[in-house]
Amino acid sequence: MGTLVKVQVAASQLLNEARSLLQEGYRFQMAYLRYMGPVPEIVYLVDRGPNFEFLELTVRAETELPSLSDLVPLLSWYEREIMDLSDIIFTGNPEPFPLVLLEGMALTSLPFDPTSKEILQLFGDTTPPQLPEVLATQVQDLFWGPIRGDVLETGEFHFAYIGEEILHYTPRLFYKHRGIEQDLQQQDPESGVILAERVSGVGTICHGLAYCLAVEDALRLDVPRRAQLLRVILAEMERIYNNLHFFSMLSKTTTLKVGEAFGALLEERAKQINAQLTGHRFLRNVLAVGGLRRDLNADILPTILSNLQRDAIDYLDSLSVTQSYLDRLIGTGPLPADVAFDFGATGPVAHGSGIKRDLRVHHPYSMYERLSLEIPVRTGGDALARSQVRGEALISAFDLIRQATELLEPGEIAAASPTSQPELADGLGWTEGPRGSCFYAVRIRNGLLERVKIKSASFSNWKVFPLTVHSSNMMDYAINEASFGLTIAGADR
Amino acid sequence: MKNWTLKGLAAGKATTKWPASGENDGQDKLLGFPTFHPQDCRPACRECILKCPTRAFSTKTGVDDEESVALDYGRCINCQICVASCPTTALQSSSNLTFASKSRQDLVVDEGANSRENDELQSRVSSIFKGSLHVRHVDAGSCNGCESELQALSNPFYNLHRLGIFFTPSPRFADVLLVTGPVVPQMKGPLLRTYEAMPRPRFVIAGGTCPISGAPFDMGYSGGSGLEIHLPVDIFIPGCPPTPAAFIHGLLLLTDRINQRLHGGGYEQ
Ligand code: SF4
Ligand code: SF4
Repeated sequence: MGTLVKVQVAASQLLNEARSLLQEGYRFQMAYLRYMGPVPEIVYLVDRGPNFEFLELTVRAETELPSLSDLVPLLSWYEREIMDLSDIIFTGNPEPFPLVLLEGMALTSLPFDPTSKEILQLFGDTTPPQLPEVLATQVQDLFWGPIRGDVLETGEFHFAYIGEEILHYTPRLFYKHRGIEQDLQQQDPESGVILAERVSGVGTICHGLAYCLAVEDALRLDVPRRAQLLRVILAEMERIYNNLHFFSMLSKTTTLKVGEAFGALLEERAKQINAQLTGHRFLRNVLAVGGLRRDLNADILPTILSNLQRDAIDYLDSLSVTQSYLDRLIGTGPLPADVAFDFGATGPVAHGSGIKRDLRVHHPYSMYERLSLEIPVRTGGDALARSQVRGEALISAFDLIRQATELLEPGEIAAASPTSQPELADGLGWTEGPRGSCFYAVRIRNGLLERVKIKSASFSNWKVFPLTVHSSNMMDYAINEASFGLTIAGADR
Repeated sequence: MKNWTLKGLAAGKATTKWPASGENDGQDKLLGFPTFHPQDCRPACRECILKCPTRAFSTKTGVDDEESVALDYGRCINCQICVASCPTTALQSSSNLTFASKSRQDLVVDEGANSRENDELQSRVSSIFKGSLHVRHVDAGSCNGCESELQALSNPFYNLHRLGIFFTPSPRFADVLLVTGPVVPQMKGPLLRTYEAMPRPRFVIAGGTCPISGAPFDMGYSGGSGLEIHLPVDIFIPGCPPTPAAFIHGLLLLTDRINQRLHGGGYEQ
């Protein structure tokens, strides 16, 4: 089965088409700019529901296109990114200011435009951002970042507040923008995995695997069964250490010092197990297009993981009876289901708001269809709900590894090389990582990557997060942020 | 209601004694930087040069017109691809990871070149920071892998505080600026402003392969080519990411509390 159905529409029909897709209950996933020869086009990726191929809706880009953000709020950031990196304008975008390229920065030419002959460079120095005007008296402004306390990723956060109440909150990300999508252009598909693994360090597998799956889809490679199952094990190992980190941070922000230390030690143990399995604490340097670079000895896992699982369950049980911790989570950062859906929440953030969507179940890849998996869901929509679904995802990761290990048989770990190369091939790959859905769309021309689009889980969830901060309490901010479990590197790319 | 204090006490001590004593640095089974012995190369072989994704290998012509291959660990991301590509035993996997060095030159395996250790720094730093060291971290475009390992320094296993090393929220109290990431264009300004805000004397650590050379992000419109073109660097800690033990080694090396193990690209066991 292919992964994509393609439909082309005229710009004048775009709004109507979007409306009818929404009426079908379809969900937009992302939008990006791609060139067909010298002609720019906007590609919208649409999820048509469980087990259906994804829909790729393309529209030939004119200098002005109607914004779909009113209909589909989650598309706003994609439109803004396209506006930053091209000449295209989406008329009617509700927040038409810079996103990826910060105020004060400029490009010498356009990153994805094949007709551009200029040397491409980003230059300048960041200046203060354009912020929404807050019409109230006695409002105070607080800028936090871009360089914050402790060891934290770079990001700048603006709070307009009165007393303890936050009226309006604006995250300013993308300081860390590395332009990785453009770096991948003209690379050969096999070596691209090295960069894909480094888009987000703690998302090495969800990014690396989505990339491999996209290339394998384009080149029609059949990944051997053993490699598929080992990939599941890698992905679930990633889920384990990330979720342990999550609980350590949540304990930290609720000032539960011992709980923080426990979580951090469990995370350390999980990383050391990663090293035992792969030689790398972040599971890097094992994935390859077509399978794996080398075979892994998964026989060691049942014994070492059973101790970790026991201690993780004990840790979660202890947290679940700690009143001071629960009190800080209950009712914090509420996110209603419809808002979560419209603004694109994914992974545990969506699951905590009652949205039962998980790519491992609804669009299974890498043999997840052979494993039994319950999607954890809560309807509370608050920090507690988000932490509970994380806890269940953590425990189910151990179970999935056990299931995958039982199915493992000796065998090949790499696909045979393709016999012929099509001149032009498109592929789509996706994974459900610890933070939610990750998509890679690739176009390969004459054996080289022509365009790679990366959609990380955090890019989606950062778009949603501010909605839970407006009108909340300063004191709860850090807890709420921890309950979203966001990273910045993946969003910034 | 859970009694976390009791739970913590019951769990006992989790902290490693390394590096003061013992071998448990948490690096068991990790694959480290490849070892390179150019004298074992097949004549005119270019396999590693062609395969390395970060262009860590280069050729140079010696006095006798013989071409030789050099390896720069400052560009190496431990991906192990060259080891698989090498037709001889010149490149081999190793478990060597604590590569922190005081000089950029020490990261290069280059037949014939000598180690040039930075003695000047040695005398300058050790006289200043006897007891404790305060570190300001700046993420200049990392993938967050390096942050994840820097955060691991505070976990009970590594417990950085026992070594008198602390991360500070403000550059005004910092002795050391520890930079991660390749220094992308949008981070240059904030990075330099942080450095300016630090009191003197101040020292700079490049934490990870990214800030040493920019690799693997030294390309495109928004990559970086590392820290050295912006600031004087005192300690280089290669790795993608450096392990927590490698970070600790680098921090202790700055204050001369541990020995440098890499000299002219050669590693002392
Ligand atoms: S291990 Fe280092 S030197 Fe070898 S190919 Fe990878 S990056 Fe290059
Ligand atoms: S050195 Fe490696 S781990 Fe560290 S920030 Fe760079 S790519 Fe990420």
